[in-house]
Amino acid sequence: MTSAGVHQLFVNIATVGGPSTWIAPPDPKTLAITLLVSVLLFAIGLVGFLTRRNMIMMFLCTELMLQAAALAFVGFGRMHMDVSGQVFVIFILTVAAAEAALALGLVVLLYRKRETLSSEAWSELREDVK
Amino acid sequence: MHASGLTPAQLEMLAKTIPDPAPDLSWAGWILGLPAIAAVLCLLLGFLRIRNKLPAIVTIVALGGAFVTTLLLYQSYEGPVTIHLFEWIRLSWGTGPGQSLIADIGLHVDGLTLFWMLFVTGLGTLIAIFASEYMESDVGGDYARFFGAVSIFLLAMGCLVMGSNLFLLYLGWEGVGVASYLLIGYYYGKPTAVAAAKKAFIMNRVGDLGLLIGIYLTWRTFGALDYATIFETMKDGQYVLDSGAMLIPFFLMLGAFGKSAQIPLFTWLPDAMEGPTPVSALIHAATMVTAGVYLIARCYPLFFLHPDALNTVAWIGGTTAFVAATIGMLQYDMKRVFAYSTVSQLGFMFLGLGVGTTYGAAYHVFTHAFFKALLFLASGAVMHGFAGQLDIRKISGIRHIPGFKVIAWTMLVGCLCLAAVPFSSGFFSKDEILLVALTDHEYGVPFLGWLGLFTAALTAYYTFRVWFRVCAGPVAYVPGDDDHGHDHAHADDDGHGGLASASHGAVDPQPTAHAGHFHPHPPRLAINGVLLILALGAILAALPSYLKAADGSTWVSSMIADSSAVNGVPSIPAAVGHATGQATGQAAAHHELLGMDAHTALLLISFAIAIVGIGSSAYFHLLNRKAADVLKQRLLASPLTSWLPKALENKWYVDELYDGIFRYPVRGLAWLLARVDALVLDGGIVNGVARMPIAMGRLFQPLYNGLLQGYAVTMAGGLGLILAWIVWVWMKRGGA
Repeated sequence: MTSAGVHQLFVNIATVGGPSTWIAPPDPKTLAITLLVSVLLFAIGLVGFLTRRNMIMMFLCTELMLQAAALAFVGFGRMHMDVSGQVFVIFILTVAAAEAALALGLVVLLYRKRETLSSEAWSELREDVK
Repeated sequence: MHASGLTPAQLEMLAKTIPDPAPDLSWAGWILGLPAIAAVLCLLLGFLRIRNKLPAIVTIVALGGAFVTTLLLYQSYEGPVTIHLFEWIRLSWGTGPGQSLIADIGLHVDGLTLFWMLFVTGLGTLIAIFASEYMESDVGGDYARFFGAVSIFLLAMGCLVMGSNLFLLYLGWEGVGVASYLLIGYYYGKPTAVAAAKKAFIMNRVGDLGLLIGIYLTWRTFGALDYATIFETMKDGQYVLDSGAMLIPFFLMLGAFGKSAQIPLFTWLPDAMEGPTPVSALIHAATMVTAGVYLIARCYPLFFLHPDALNTVAWIGGTTAFVAATIGMLQYDMKRVFAYSTVSQLGFMFLGLGVGTTYGAAYHVFTHAFFKALLFLASGAVMHGFAGQLDIRKISGIRHIPGFKVIAWTMLVGCLCLAAVPFSSGFFSKDEILLVALTDHEYGVPFLGWLGLFTAALTAYYTFRVWFRVCAGPVAYVPGDDDHGHDHAHADDDGHGGLASASHGAVDPQPTAHAGHFHPHPPRLAINGVLLILALGAILAALPSYLKAADGSTWVSSMIADSSAVNGVPSIPAAVGHATGQATGQAAAHHELLGMDAHTALLLISFAIAIVGIGSSAYFHLLNRKAADVLKQRLLASPLTSWLPKALENKWYVDELYDGIFRYPVRGLAWLLARVDALVLDGGIVNGVARMPIAMGRLFQPLYNGLLQGYAVTMAGGLGLILAWIVWVWMKRGGA
């Protein structure tokens, strides 16, 4: 099945019974609210990432930023009456799941090496000025 | 007059030598095929680290096979023929003349080719047999390498001589250059050997460039590269005699001067003595150095394209003969004396070519090949026996030492031939050349003839200087510094020493040169047998002159007359052509020298020369050896004459001159360019560009502090800046 075919399938599923029967028409206010929540999520994640030294917390913050992006996708998808945004969210979730497995594994390994979760423990990995 | 400078009669004779399409003689390709197979096999044996004499056997069988094939070809030879083997280069960009470049692998077989190949393959085989014993202390990888290179040498020489076009000749020309490089530099652990190999190769490159340009001009003028077409075009006069065509002979002769060690490119040959002695015999007698003579003889018609071309050859040849002979008089290294004698004799050959007797030149090549191979191999055998001793002041009277009698007497035969004592083979061939030179009417050429006679006297002197010093007189010797009787440093070798002494021990109950007990190591069957065969050959080489036909033609002259060199064979009446301004065929016309028959006069002169030369040599180097030193001291004492022995001993300072003119300026230039390269190219451009990213990196390096948050701030800050810029642009455009 081609990607266009997949897309059409999703469109068909999402519009069972006709678009006007159960989905409200796009409303700019809905988009604004969604994007506001998305920006807040992103900001919280960014600030958290910048201020925390605990690697697990930093990882969770990146997850927050990822979800902010996913939410923005959904919002725009709703705005344009297009399911592509939701499709992207599925992808983002998949990637996030894989990334979580990898990142937590790394964190465990790093913890075993230094007996601490602080990211400062690894700051000597930088290259010094010669 | 015809544009080529040849008379109609000469053109008619040239026409007869242009080959017809012929019966199938493609089996003659084995003359080249056998050495090629031997070379590959030797390489294989070398890789397999075979520790016996198998490489020598393979080479001897292959070269012997090539010799037999040449004999068979001579048997079935009827007239000049081009044997097509297979296609090689076929470029064509049009149908007109000069719009194609065709060079096939084929053989051009005529009298000249056969004559040359007979002694090249014959002597090559004999030298390989000699080397099988001479090189035995190197049995192993080096032995295979040596014989592989010898096979390549003979393959290249065969390609040079037999090739049906100038491209194949060039291929063989470069092939012998490479092979000689490999062989001269055989003892690559020795810096002098490596230097000599490089010198030979680089000096030859100068000549090779000339040859290449000559070949190009020939192709441009005649539109073809194969001899048959070139000479056909020349006969028909279907070419333009422009300045490029007139330059052909000069470029070709530059190539010949390089390969045959003539002024100004002769200094490589004496240095080439660094190679093993069989190589010296192979290079200096039979093969490589005769290539230049062959080139000029083969392309003889082309040398009529410019009226001064052959005169130039004559003057260069005569001068080289004289200069080299004077240097040879004061050398103390046996092989060097013979090396300079080779340069000198090659000068005679070029003199012969220049004054218009290809027959004399080819005949001298033939006799010289035998007696010079003999002399080199004999001196090699002396070296072999006296632990690498080559200094004629340190060996004496070897004819009284048991086991060395064969060397001493065969060497005497070689010396008699080289000194051109009447009725030896060397006498007859040199006679042919000097006769034509002396009776030439061209301005100055008879002077070259007299110079040649004087050179012959010097030759007799320095040749017998070696023989009287080394072979005659009281028995006395100082061994060389080589433990194993060979001319190379075993210190540089890897583990052959043990094997060498083992092989010596097997044949010689008292191993050589240990702790002050030196026993000369007499040669065995292979060396003695080859020396005897060569001595016989050197004597029998005079046979063609004894068996002269009624019209004055000999086997050699009939062979040469059956080729493109026909216009230089004097005894054929039709060849007489004073109109050409050359000395062609004057032997048939004049017969007058000093008021008597030229042959008789020359015979008497040669007797006188031999008596004077050998007599003075006998006085200074046999009867009263101190007199030579006294004479030298006396010469050195007087400021008027002191330059003479110094100049001779230092080879007229030619090497130093070339160093001054070419080597040091080139070195200085190289140094300068190296500086420019290091400072401007590498320092300024290459490294300058590389420094830019380094500097950029330095600038931003502080941002990388090793904390993830730092990086994140950078990223977020960068993202914020981009966003701010987008918004700013958006606002400037007037907003949404």
